[in-house]
Amino acid sequence: MRLVVVSAGLSVPSSTRLLGDRLAAVAAKEAAAPSPAPAAVQVVELRDLAVEIAHNFTNGFPGPALADAFGAVVRADGLIVVTPVFSASYSGLFKSFFDALSVHDEDALAGKPVLIAATGGTARHSLVLDHALRPLFAHLKAVVVPTGVYAASEDWGAAGLDRRIERAAGELAALLRGVSAPGSAAAGQASTLVPFEERLSALGQSPRPGKSPRAVS
Amino acid sequence: MSQEQKNPVPSTQFGIFSVGDVTPDPTTGRTPTERERIKAMVAIALKAEEVGLDVFATGEHHNPPFVPSSPTTMLGYIAARTERLLLSTSTTLITTNDPVKIAEDFAMLQHLADGRTDLMLGRGNTGPVYPWFGQDIRQGLNLAVENYALLHRLWREDVVDWEGTFRTPLQGFTATPRPLDGVPPFVWHGSIRSPEIAEQAAYYGDGFFHNNIFWPADHTKRMVELYRTRYAHYGHGTPEQAIVGLGGQVFMRRNSQDAVREFRPYFDVAPVYGHGPSLEEFTEQTPLTVGSPQQVIEKTLAFREYAGHYQRQLFLMDHAGLPLKTVLEQLDLLGEEVVPVLREEFARNRPADVPDAPTHASLRAAAEAEASRNAEDAVSAGATGAGGREEVAAG
Repeated sequence: MRLVVVSAGLSVPSSTRLLGDRLAAVAAKEAAAPSPAPAAVQVVELRDLAVEIAHNFTNGFPGPALADAFGAVVRADGLIVVTPVFSASYSGLFKSFFDALSVHDEDALAGKPVLIAATGGTARHSLVLDHALRPLFAHLKAVVVPTGVYAASEDWGAAGLDRRIERAAGELAALLRGVSAPGSAAAGQASTLVPFEERLSALGQSPRPGKSPRAVS
Repeated sequence: MSQEQKNPVPSTQFGIFSVGDVTPDPTTGRTPTERERIKAMVAIALKAEEVGLDVFATGEHHNPPFVPSSPTTMLGYIAARTERLLLSTSTTLITTNDPVKIAEDFAMLQHLADGRTDLMLGRGNTGPVYPWFGQDIRQGLNLAVENYALLHRLWREDVVDWEGTFRTPLQGFTATPRPLDGVPPFVWHGSIRSPEIAEQAAYYGDGFFHNNIFWPADHTKRMVELYRTRYAHYGHGTPEQAIVGLGGQVFMRRNSQDAVREFRPYFDVAPVYGHGPSLEEFTEQTPLTVGSPQQVIEKTLAFREYAGHYQRQLFLMDHAGLPLKTVLEQLDLLGEEVVPVLREEFARNRPADVPDAPTHASLRAAAEAEASRNAEDAVSAGATGAGGREEVAAG
């Protein structure tokens, strides 16, 4: 079982990454239960991919590191996505990553369990989870777990945060134990291909008369 | 005829394709006029023949800053001034052009150019072209499917009754002129990211051109493999026998540092890839080669590693505001130093059952061979069949 954390934190160390790590630690342990070995966790740091994400918009294709990150997300059984709040929403880098991913593979997150989380300097932005992240991941056809986790500066060290982490990570783990994410369409383009006769007949056109392959000498 | 004997049919055709963009030269700030650009495209085509290239292909666009809105007009003019060059398109818009007009225009060109023409169909990359020509972009794929199904029949059936979704029905319609020698122009289907178009090319046993110039090798590999697999699925031959074309773009000087120094200002602000990754990143990840002729040779030879043996290699040479003089110098290097080596290397280790690049002559020979096979089948069927059926053989 593979768990991937997508973190859009910018500073090093970052509280966004810290929140992602704490969620992943609990989810990995519970998802693997009763096995004592936790599920594998991979962290995708968007900060390291910022330039390739920008180039993806001008180029149309992902650079090697971004392509690897897309692969990791697509193959993940579950995702933990964490963004800092910028201007009352997710950060532009966070959105850009998922914009680029969905152009690359529009079903990359389809049916995939996703835990949404965000960090901010103040608790006043905590609804960002429900007015920004939840609609985004609903649009991307992900299965978003009911509890999201928002951590303001004042929450670190307070007792409530741990409880919310336990609850949200537990919900993700339950989904991971119960469902296995479907494979991505990108892996098998040929298998989703509509045979050409079907395309022709959908337009009322008959397939070519007789079987007359071009002679290739 | 003597031309053909002097220049045996190449197994892989090498040529150039032009987008026909009018782009300011970033080093001088000067923008060519439309007339200058159109004349430059012609000069580039004539140069292609002079330096021994096989193919010139022009794009089709209907909006500034592009000039080639009327490809068969341009190609007809070039045909009159060349003797050997194969004239093609990159691409002809199968979505917004009337397939009847495509059938007529290219059959006409085929006669005028003595068969030296084929075409590459594409859906274009400019959304507003659809409404300008009365079409709906949401139907882009269906337009490509239906229009080509009609075009395919118009070139193969003298009288066509037809009804479809997007065009007025036809009753007893004959597209004129009929294709030269009854052999339709060869069709390449060009696509960058649509597996549906690879499927279309495979279905008809037509060529598939992957314009890989902005794409990493693994993407090109997937698309070409899909086309080859489906080509075999539809019974046209083995996957290795499918007809594949690839793009490429290069800028060369004898000394590779000179090439990089001269091309960088063009690259950095080019409409397609400017303001993005560096020249170095782009050349590492895509087929773009900026360097010496030897570097171009090495990079192009490596295309076969992921696309297999293929039939057509087109280079993009005149873009990003490069002045005509520079482009002509590039063509000298391409024709004199690069392509002769590529021809030799491509011929080496090429399995005998990989078909040569299709030409009018090869398609006519194949059609004649098939006709005589059918006649023989009819004779033997007549001889072994029930009495009184001998008239079959006469037909």
